[in-house]
Formats: sequence, structure tokens, C-alpha cells
Amino acid sequence: MIAFEAVSKTYAPQANAKGGGNAALSEVSLSVKAGEVFGVIGASGAGKSTLIRLINGLEKPTGGRVVVDGDDVAALGVEGLRALRRRVGMIFQHFNLLSSKTVADNVAFPLKLAGRPAAEVKARTAELLARVGLSDHATKYPAQLSGGQKQRVGIARALATGPKVLLCDEATSALDPETTEQILDLVSNLNRELGLTIVLITHEMDVVRRVCDRVAVLEAGRVVESGAVEDVFLHPASDTARRFVREADGEPAADAMLAGRVVRLTFRGEATYKPVLGEVARATGVDYSILGGRIHRLRETPYGQLTLALTGGDVDAAIALFQAEGVRVDHVGENGR
Amino acid sequence: MSVSNIDWSEIAQATLDTLTMLGGSMVLTVILGLPLGVILFLTGKGQMLQNRAANGALSLLVNILRSVPFVILLIVMIPLTVALVGTSLGVPGAIPPLVVGAAPFFARLVETALREVDKGVIEASFAMGAKRRQVVLGALLPEAMPGVIAAATVTAIALVSYTAMAGVVGAGGLGDLAIRFGYQRFQTDVMVVTVVLLLVLVQVLQMVGDTVVRRVSHR
Repeated sequence: MIAFEAVSKTYAPQANAKGGGNAALSEVSLSVKAGEVFGVIGASGAGKSTLIRLINGLEKPTGGRVVVDGDDVAALGVEGLRALRRRVGMIFQHFNLLSSKTVADNVAFPLKLAGRPAAEVKARTAELLARVGLSDHATKYPAQLSGGQKQRVGIARALATGPKVLLCDEATSALDPETTEQILDLVSNLNRELGLTIVLITHEMDVVRRVCDRVAVLEAGRVVESGAVEDVFLHPASDTARRFVREADGEPAADAMLAGRVVRLTFRGEATYKPVLGEVARATGVDYSILGGRIHRLRETPYGQLTLALTGGDVDAAIALFQAEGVRVDHVGENGR
Repeated sequence: MSVSNIDWSEIAQATLDTLTMLGGSMVLTVILGLPLGVILFLTGKGQMLQNRAANGALSLLVNILRSVPFVILLIVMIPLTVALVGTSLGVPGAIPPLVVGAAPFFARLVETALREVDKGVIEASFAMGAKRRQVVLGALLPEAMPGVIAAATVTAIALVSYTAMAGVVGAGGLGDLAIRFGYQRFQTDVMVVTVVLLLVLVQVLQMVGDTVVRRVSHR
């Protein structure tokens, strides 16, 4: 649905600045499949905003190609770009609603821009407001709404022209945790019910964990890691990804004073709920001290990750047994002796 | 001071002249100044029609007109005024200099009001597939409307004092009355009446302006 082919974006240097411009993105390649929720995570200044704006042509690449729904975005003319933008909705961190228009008129705005007949605009607006649960607020102005309600208006507005793709530009970053959850649920539902392809950028791993299928980690304009959310979240390969995962979970207390072999066990799916630890300990005579751990969900999949120090008994046999149970074992270190 | 030697019919006529000058010049000021302000904004740095040459030229023109004191502008413009409306006297003769004095001022205020509009709203409009014209007419101007109306109010009040100055070169109106009777003939009573009338006019303009701003502002 969306493909970035070695895309670079360099901003023209300021007249008074030295050197040759500012690279926001360098050689970014990634592809987003139809119907998936794709997350891009990165710190501020990593190039996330630029990346998402290349998809609907608000920014133009200085190198490479961005192909959306079969169209090379940079090659589209004015009319082609407008047509593309009707197929790609966008919501924003600060909602960007028109303060001078009512909720209903905000939602109707893209339809009026597209020159749809008044009767259709009215019916479609009512339908969209019902979908986001704001039918009672149609005649209010944005200033009278809460943050979550404003983002719902933003979502209704983005859906007005029946897009295939929804771009979420830090859409929950200005919201409190509870409202964030509601908005993410709504976004997930839209993905499932309408088959909408969703690209979201965020600096919060928690957002990625809740709604994304796949994720790309952006650092200083480059994709340093990408893949299924489970893989990146449970086994981050890059420092940047590890940092984001730590932020989401807190760091396990790896205590160097403890003797024994320190391993990290990763349980996924059903294995999470099995009493594996006790079984293995009894079978091999190994003692374990739990140094850190987390048990949570990635979208629908439960997972657990424990950092243990194993002492006494047959440690190698214990590790083999864990692996036989479908638990992934990573060696963190060897202490003592 | 006695009220008996005030010619009330003359005062009524002068009030009417002032209102006509104000109304006529205000309409033309908005017609010329609003597009000028929009163009100043749109050709500015980082805006959708960014154009340094056009912006620089317009900006210079506006600055030149604004730096000429209005009393001087009135006199300098006499030949142009005669060419435009056939006379430099009376209400018709006052309107061209009033518009030339006020439109650049209003344009600058409009430009400032447009700069206050949230850039995110403009970006969102483009992201929805709006054309430039639709962004300007459908998003930019409606969002800036409270600021534009406040700017019109300030401009109208500036025009009231300009109309009084226009009295110096024979434009008529309350200012003319104040100068001819109140100042040159020492009729303090006429002076007081005209000043009170001007004061009431400014108050009414400000109140109406504030009310409309409140009406159109939904922030």
C-alpha cells in the first residue's frame, strides 16, 4: 500500500547557516502492507514528522521515491495530489480543528472541499459523528470539547472522504492515559472494521505495543530496526529500540552481586500461563532468583519476560527444558565463582 | 458659555458629513486593504505564495504610505484627488486621501491577524485535499475573522480622527466645525459639542466592534 524506496529528505540550508543543509531522513526504505497498523517510533527530531508527511505529499523527498496506493507521490500533479489526499486521511497531535466552525462543519469540511452535494455532505457527516460517538455535540465548537472529543472530531474528519489510509501524527501525545487508550481502541476498531491501513508515528513504545502490527525504529533519520512488534519489543536489536522498550517497562534489576548464570526467559502466547518455572526447578534441582520481569499483552498476545539467576543443580539441563517448553532463553551473563 | 449661539442644523449637517466620510472611506479601505493584507501575508516567508520580490515591493509601498503624516498626505494628494473625483473639497474630496491613509494601516493589521492563525489548521486543510484558494477562503480567513474585525474597528477609529484632520483642507464634517467655530471664532461651546459627538462616535464604534468580535470568536 505504501512503499518508501531509499527516500532521503534534506532541508535547504538556512542562508546564514554553514554547511550543506539538514538531513531529516537518509535512505529510508520500508513498506506498509494494506490493512496493517504500522508504527514508526523515534525520539523528537528523528524524522518521524517528515516521514509521515511524505506519504500525503505535505513534504517532497529530495531523493528516492514514495509510492502510495500505486502512485509516485512526487510525480503527481496538483489534481492528482488532491485526489490522493482524499484517499489518505490524517489526524494530528494538536487536532488542528477549525475553531471557527462547529463540530459538524469541521467534519463536513473535506466533503465540501471535494465539492460533494449538500444532501450527501449532511448524511455522511451525521454518519461519521455517530461512528465516533459525537452525535450530541454536532453544533458545539471545538473549544467546548475535551481533548479526547477533539481527536474524535479529527478522526471523523479524516474519515470523511472514505480514505484507505489513515496517518496518525502523534495523535495521542497530547492526551491523558485514559483518553489515549480510548482513542487507540477507536483506531484499532477502524483498522479492523474498515480494513483501514494505518501509519502512526509516536515516541511512546506503549502506543506501538497496543495497536501496531509492525514497527520501524527511527534514529537520526535512519531506520535502525524494523519488524513485527513482538520481535522488536521482546528482542530489541538496536540501542534505540532497547531504550524505548526500557522506557515502557522499566529496567530489570540486574544485580552483579548475585551468583549463578543470569538468563532472560521469554514466554509468548499460551506458554505465558504454564507453571514452567516450578516444573523445571523440580526436575533439575536448579534454584532460581527472579531479578526482574514483566507480564503483559502485545495487542491480543500475552507474553512474559523474566530475568533469572540460576544456581545449583544442572543449569544446562534446565535451559534445555525451558527451550523444550517453547520458552526462548537468552544469556545475559555469568556471575560469581 | 451659552448653548444659544450653537447652530444645531450646522452641527447635524457636520455630523452627517463625518459619518458619510467615515462610511465611504471605511468600505473602500476594507475593499483595498483586506486583499492587500492577505497578499502581504501569503507572499511572506514560509507562506504558500512565498515571493520575496513581491512581498518586498508591497511592504515598501505600505511603509511609505504609512510614514507620511496624514495632514501632509491630504495636501500631497490634492492633484490625485482632483483627478479621481473631480474636486479636493467636501466629502468626495476627502475620501481618496482617507482611503490611501487607512488602507495600508488596515492591511498591516490584517497581515498580523492572519499570522496568528494556527499553522496546523492550514496544514490540515491541505492534507484534506484543499486547493490554495479553498485554504485561504475556507480556513485562513474564517479562522482570522475575530482578528480582522478587531483590525477593522481600530482602523475605523483611526479614520474618525483622520476625518477631523481632513477638515483642515475643507472636507467639512465635525472636525471642520471644531476648527472654524471652536478654534478660529473662540466658540468654546461648539468645540465642546463636536468633541463630545466624536467621543460618542468612537465609543459606539469600539462597542460594536467588540460585540462582533465576541460573536465570531469561538476560541
